[in-house]
Amino acid sequence: MRRYASLLAIPAVLLAMPLYSQQAAGTPPRADQPDNAALMEKIRDLEDRIVAMEGQIRQLKSQQAAPSAVAGPTPATTSEASAAAAGPQTQAGSMPPPASVAAASATTQEPALGGAGGSAAKALNPDISMIGDFIGSAGHNPVNSTSSFQMHESELGVQAIIDPYARGDFFLSFGEQGVNLEEGYITLTALPAGLVAKVGKFRGAFGKVNTQHNHVLPWIDRPLVSNNLVAGEDGIDDAGVSVERILPAPKGIFMELTGQVFRGDSGDQQHPLYRAYSNSDVSAIAHLRTYKDITESTNIDLGASYSRGYSTAGPNFLTHLYGIDAALRWKPLRRSIYHSFVGRGELIWSQRQQLPSEQRAFGFYASGDYQLARRWFVGGRYDRSGEADKANLIDKGFSAVLTYWPSEFSQIRGQYEFTRYGNLDVHQLFMQVQFSLGAHGAHPF
Amino acid sequence: MKRVSGFSRLLAVLALGLIAGALLSPTAAEAKKLNVVTSTTDLAALTEEVGGDKVNVESIAKGYQDPHFVEAKPSFLLKLRQADLLIAVGLQLEIGWLPPLITQSGNPRIQVGATGYLDASQFAEILEIPQGTVTRAEGDVHPLGNPHYWLDPDNGRRIARGIANKLADMDTADGAFFQQRFQDFEKRLLAAEQKWDAEMKPYRGRKVVTYHRSLPNFAKHFALDVIGYVEPRPGIPPTPSHTLELIQLMKRENCKIILVEPYFDLKTPQSIARETGAQVVVYLPSVGGVKEVTTYFQLFDYDIALLTKAFQSTQ
Repeated sequence: MRRYASLLAIPAVLLAMPLYSQQAAGTPPRADQPDNAALMEKIRDLEDRIVAMEGQIRQLKSQQAAPSAVAGPTPATTSEASAAAAGPQTQAGSMPPPASVAAASATTQEPALGGAGGSAAKALNPDISMIGDFIGSAGHNPVNSTSSFQMHESELGVQAIIDPYARGDFFLSFGEQGVNLEEGYITLTALPAGLVAKVGKFRGAFGKVNTQHNHVLPWIDRPLVSNNLVAGEDGIDDAGVSVERILPAPKGIFMELTGQVFRGDSGDQQHPLYRAYSNSDVSAIAHLRTYKDITESTNIDLGASYSRGYSTAGPNFLTHLYGIDAALRWKPLRRSIYHSFVGRGELIWSQRQQLPSEQRAFGFYASGDYQLARRWFVGGRYDRSGEADKANLIDKGFSAVLTYWPSEFSQIRGQYEFTRYGNLDVHQLFMQVQFSLGAHGAHPF
Repeated sequence: MKRVSGFSRLLAVLALGLIAGALLSPTAAEAKKLNVVTSTTDLAALTEEVGGDKVNVESIAKGYQDPHFVEAKPSFLLKLRQADLLIAVGLQLEIGWLPPLITQSGNPRIQVGATGYLDASQFAEILEIPQGTVTRAEGDVHPLGNPHYWLDPDNGRRIARGIANKLADMDTADGAFFQQRFQDFEKRLLAAEQKWDAEMKPYRGRKVVTYHRSLPNFAKHFALDVIGYVEPRPGIPPTPSHTLELIQLMKRENCKIILVEPYFDLKTPQSIARETGAQVVVYLPSVGGVKEVTTYFQLFDYDIALLTKAFQSTQ
């Protein structure tokens, strides 16, 4: 607020401008005439000061939007200049009196926030986004049935920087009937020793697909192995604490270790996974990620995951999950918006204690997506997975996907899917329309 | 009992791993040189001009890459976690990739609002700030103004001054060194600017078409008249109907130059050029767009040489 005083200096500078420019216009500027050169220098100076002040105004506006920007940078010379120009006479102006010169927290300096508010209050609002996900399907699937038309999900995202030490992210997933807190967590970004922590409800770092929201998947549905072994669409998504850190590694290799502890409830009726029978029945995930740029356009991403929790079979039964994920990406930088390829796959082993005997199921998917043109993508996926509680029942499937992007903010996708559940063959066609409103924060790579 | 002990063992392993990692990591703060990471090569070039050998500078994006669509690769995190200062273009140019990198870096120094985060747009003259209601019917609009502001030598000077002041704040012992280097840079830039202005003077008011809205500041400084864009809306690929309109407009206005960034497909610009007799010029929006262009000065030298040649041949 106090810096608004300096804004009063702008009219003064603007008034001074025509005087200089008139003189300058009279005689075309030439460097070899010392008077003109000096004049030009003054004009340049004035221009620079106006531009600097405009920049400060923009900064002030955005600082109101993000209270964390209080310690925001101000160029020494310009702030001195504007402070000098602002002087005592601006104190009598209509501006509210500068609260305090000390850099106190901006939140304490916003008296106008309650009630009518105005633009300042709006500026403090978090980024709000809504992603609509409409799915139409044809074909009969008795195992995993889907309606002909459904507004599958409407994901409301509310995201903001909380303070200089943290940011907050909420994703509420509205079905046609109910609402589900898909994720809601604080990320502590200013911890010592390079640690980054999350507290709240979030998708667990088991492999790749489990961490991803529906709208960033390269397919309309999730792979069979996710449905059979890793709690389906919701996945391991639970309230808990996560700590991650980049590990030292040979040059050029990125290595990151994540440890997470959850309450121990994951999955739904159709895709049960973990259940907490008592407060000590927490579930946990450990994930190690290794990444390397092979060239500037090609990179490889490998991960190993482990998770465990108490199974839905009963309070004395554990389920262990082991996973390996791999991705190879190619995107030529000079034509990055036109062509790219991603090949990815995940292998997952499940060890589920139950009566009469422990079930050890294995599943995987392998997929590839190629970007043909700026707006067109084709892809395919092969699925194969045992069932968590009947490991010798194997489901297999294959999908072909075609995606069209009218713009960055909408997407139309078609998918043909063949699935063989045991001896039952199922053919399905899906059509999806996704659209994004507002400022949805970027997702991690 | 057995259950709990198994679990605490797991926790202990995790905790040990994290602590071991924490202890093994090198302490970058001991190094004398400031580690500066910039989002684009132009900011890196300007930082090098004022920072000299007292700073290590690295850019995330390459000069021949579309700065809107950089992938937030984990390898960039390795640079960011060691950084003392992160300089961004701002105005939401990097909105698709920089925020998650900053969050995941585990580096409190460069978080938005911390002393090690510098938004360079605050120093520059910003054009095309949308008035009134902004909707995405306009395409991928930047509600805070056009972020391609560095291609004006006056803005280059202002940004360099801002960076020099920032470096002096962070490394007070070398403050005089940075100011000295800035003054030297300013002098060289003014001399170069006079040369560029003189070279471009005969072509003031010439009409051009650009692919994306990347050139407002350049066009303003050198008094070029941008009459249209190959993209119908920012971020929307060319459509046949818009291309036809553009061809008619170029014929009517007798516009003979189509400026294209190196990361766009040349098919549509070339077909427009065939229809209108115009020339397609692949100019460089950023330092490092071709190997030989490694400084802010060479960037203008290169582009102005291309442009003057094209203007001469399409007289």
